Amino acid sequence: MSSTLLEARAIDKHFGGVTALRDVSLTIRQGEIYGLIGPNGAGKTSFFNVLTGLYHPDGGELIFAGEKLQASAPHKVARLGIARTFQNIRLFGNMTAMENVMVGRHVRTHAGVFGAVLHDRRTTREEAAIRRRAEELLNYVNIADRADDLARHLSYGDQRRLEIARALATDPKLLALDEPAAGMNGTETASLRELIEGIRKDGITVLLIEHDVKLVMGLCDRVAVLDYGEKICEDVPSLVQKDPKVIEAYLGGSIA
Amino acid sequence: MTPSSTLETLRTDKRIVIAATVIIGIALAVLPFIIGSGLGNSWLRILNFALLYIMLALGLNIVVGFAGLLDLGYIAFYAVGAYLYALLASPHFGLHLPVWVIIPAGAALAGIFGALLGAPTLRLRGDYLAIVTLGFGEIVRIFLNNLNAPVNITNGPQGISGIDPIHLGGFTLAKPISLLGFTLPSLHAYYYLFLALALFIVFVTIRLENSRIGRAWVAIREDEIAAKSCGINTRNIKLLAFTMGASFGGVAGGLFAGFQGFVSPESFNLMESVMVLCMVVLGGMGNIPGVILGGILLTILPEIFRHGSGPVQLAIFGKILLDPEALRMLLFGLALIVVMLYRPAGLWPSTTRRREFRGDSTNDELKAGE
Amino acid sequence: MDIFIQQIINGLVLGSIYALVALGYTMVYGIMGLINFAHGEVVMIGAMVALTVIKLLANSGLPVFVIILLALAAAAVVCMAVGFSIERIAYRPLRNAPKLAPLITAIGVSIVLQNLAMLIWGRNYHAFPPILPTSAHDVFGATITTLQVAIVLIAALMMAGLIVLIHRTRLGRAMRATSENPSIAQLMGVNINQIISITFIIGSALAAVAGLMVSANYSIAHYYMGFMLGLKAFTAAVLGGIGNIAGAVLGGILLGLIESLGAGYIGDLTGGFLGSHYQDIFAFFVLICVLIFRPSGLVGEKVSERA
Repeated sequence: MSSTLLEARAIDKHFGGVTALRDVSLTIRQGEIYGLIGPNGAGKTSFFNVLTGLYHPDGGELIFAGEKLQASAPHKVARLGIARTFQNIRLFGNMTAMENVMVGRHVRTHAGVFGAVLHDRRTTREEAAIRRRAEELLNYVNIADRADDLARHLSYGDQRRLEIARALATDPKLLALDEPAAGMNGTETASLRELIEGIRKDGITVLLIEHDVKLVMGLCDRVAVLDYGEKICEDVPSLVQKDPKVIEAYLGGSIA
Repeated sequence: MTPSSTLETLRTDKRIVIAATVIIGIALAVLPFIIGSGLGNSWLRILNFALLYIMLALGLNIVVGFAGLLDLGYIAFYAVGAYLYALLASPHFGLHLPVWVIIPAGAALAGIFGALLGAPTLRLRGDYLAIVTLGFGEIVRIFLNNLNAPVNITNGPQGISGIDPIHLGGFTLAKPISLLGFTLPSLHAYYYLFLALALFIVFVTIRLENSRIGRAWVAIREDEIAAKSCGINTRNIKLLAFTMGASFGGVAGGLFAGFQGFVSPESFNLMESVMVLCMVVLGGMGNIPGVILGGILLTILPEIFRHGSGPVQLAIFGKILLDPEALRMLLFGLALIVVMLYRPAGLWPSTTRRREFRGDSTNDELKAGE
Repeated sequence: MDIFIQQIINGLVLGSIYALVALGYTMVYGIMGLINFAHGEVVMIGAMVALTVIKLLANSGLPVFVIILLALAAAAVVCMAVGFSIERIAYRPLRNAPKLAPLITAIGVSIVLQNLAMLIWGRNYHAFPPILPTSAHDVFGATITTLQVAIVLIAALMMAGLIVLIHRTRLGRAMRATSENPSIAQLMGVNINQIISITFIIGSALAAVAGLMVSANYSIAHYYMGFMLGLKAFTAAVLGGIGNIAGAVLGGILLGLIESLGAGYIGDLTGGFLGSHYQDIFAFFVLICVLIFRPSGLVGEKVSERA
């Protein structure tokens, strides 16, 4: 059995009087595609934000690759190897696609002011490597032809892909995707699915929040279901689909 | 296109670049002589001030244009550089340190002030940051104005006069320099010194813009949360922007003190900060040639109005009807409004920015609605 | 003790004026998200117009009350026209432009107004004619003049009126809706352009009143007076939480109190090292402290960044 990559222990998060996450514990194994689903407002994105250091949890802790994640330090989380995308795409709109991915290399490179000004051998070599890697990644997500276009002028699907490329540029161990298929048509979703499977094949663990249940069930090795901020189920997709609590959460949600 | 023809274009391109560089270089080299003999020494002084303002505008451009942090107190760093020079090279304390010590020290001290301003304000955004930096600028000015008692440090509102002119290798730039039978007037010598430093600052800015650090600045401007998630330590990178920007201001300030021979708090009021900000925005935020253009225009335009508003009135009405000073600023204010109305992204926006304006308007509306 | 009370009284008077001006900044910011940099100059125009009318009528034999009212009316009309034009000319065309563009036009308008005033009224200080009653009242050992009482009362009345307008009328509801979300308000049938114009007009009317108050309080008016006053008032608005009406009032009064108490006691506090000319530092120093510990101002909502 593969080893544990991420362990969330009893995460709590409140906003004022509202509980976003209550006692959420889950374990993500090395190399799997792990799905996080639940009705709207169940706390999926809140969990993402706690995981990536944007929110400070009110209780619990996160252990990633054997290290305790420090809360409220997104850049340290990225350095440790967790990269993410956002539900409502957050690209650097006035930078080119290429530059967006190059920014992703920031955390794995070192050039400072002096290097930038003096252009010493190490810096020029590093800069060339950044560019090469960014080109590779744009190719990898199939948008190399848009490299010099501003990110904001890319089509919706390409923006999603660019965001994934930027996240991959940080050399993550865990890639957290927040509703990557939202707003995509069938063809786009199918190719996204291929992309995610490819990423896993390259040895990167994937955490996926998704509304598209078909995609999650077909793609994920294991799935956790959140409802009202609590984890109500965690299992392989086929069993999760049959779990009465999950059915109730979804049906109950749709009736109310 | 075959590989050989690509290579050919590259070679001609390179030739064009070299030719352009040579032409611009010659133009910059003879410029003071043309202006000096054609328009007189007062315009040569204005030209020198334009170079100082270009340095300031490029420094502020790092903070506002690249990193997207609105700074309304930038002139404080100019003041720090100027007063440091004034204190270390004038009869006020009887110190007369050499320029190659003071200017770097001024850059360093201004950089420290930049970090001091940056550190507590990192969490603030947009307009809040603007008002805090504005307050910081005013605090520096008020201290300069009042630190003459109980211990006289800044000599208060009278300012410090009799500042040593800039000396370089045994020559003082205050007097004509004779070398190999050729005499270089003082204003010309200052021009070449300022030009050299301005070019150095342009060079540094261009190198920074196309670097890991420069990309991180722009990323923060575009989306701070996404930047953090990409592993950028936004706190340090923002502090770096404040420090770098401020140090350019410190250099320009030191040069100003040596050139002018006199500093007083009045030179560093809020209007000056606003002026430098206008240069950056009106020229084309984030775009280096645009910012340089903004610096030149906003130095020269008020002077043209100053020299023009009296004589033109005399010519038209036969007497001076309106206070020329008020009229000049009035025209200047109108020019600011008109330019921004017709070119809201600045006179010379970067290609990316220009594309943004041709781009989809829906995104712009979304941005505006945020 | 009486110095303390005296400084409190002075602070309240100053603070009421700051609050009136701060309201102009905060209303515009609330609705458009824009710093109306030129607002201080509108206050100056108000002061100059009012003073001109008072000088003209000072020897007309009309009752003081009528003169003041006429001056106020003239100042209000001019300021409203100026405020309306500023928005139409300098801000409206730039509503979808990059964020700093309207800031630059605002600075341009500010420069234009200042120098226009210099052309019309000259560079000199204008003294306020001595037509106002100078009677003073004794309060716990400190003195307060009838004028000061009037300033505080009128300012309070205007602020109360504004709050009623915003929370109890149709117009106020439309204003609140616009500030909440302009595009949705528009869908709901609010004429946004009209609301923005009205906001500028109301803010400018308040500025006219404040202008008259300042020149009466200090017995002086000058083409350059709007600058520092505007800066302080904007500081007050940010201090309270910009965009928030109650915050502007609170921020204005607090700033007035801090300044006058600060000026009164700074010498004692620093053992004579810093004198009362550091008065202006207090405003900025307090502002910076408040913003560092409460970045959204005193009563501003805590806006947590949503990812």
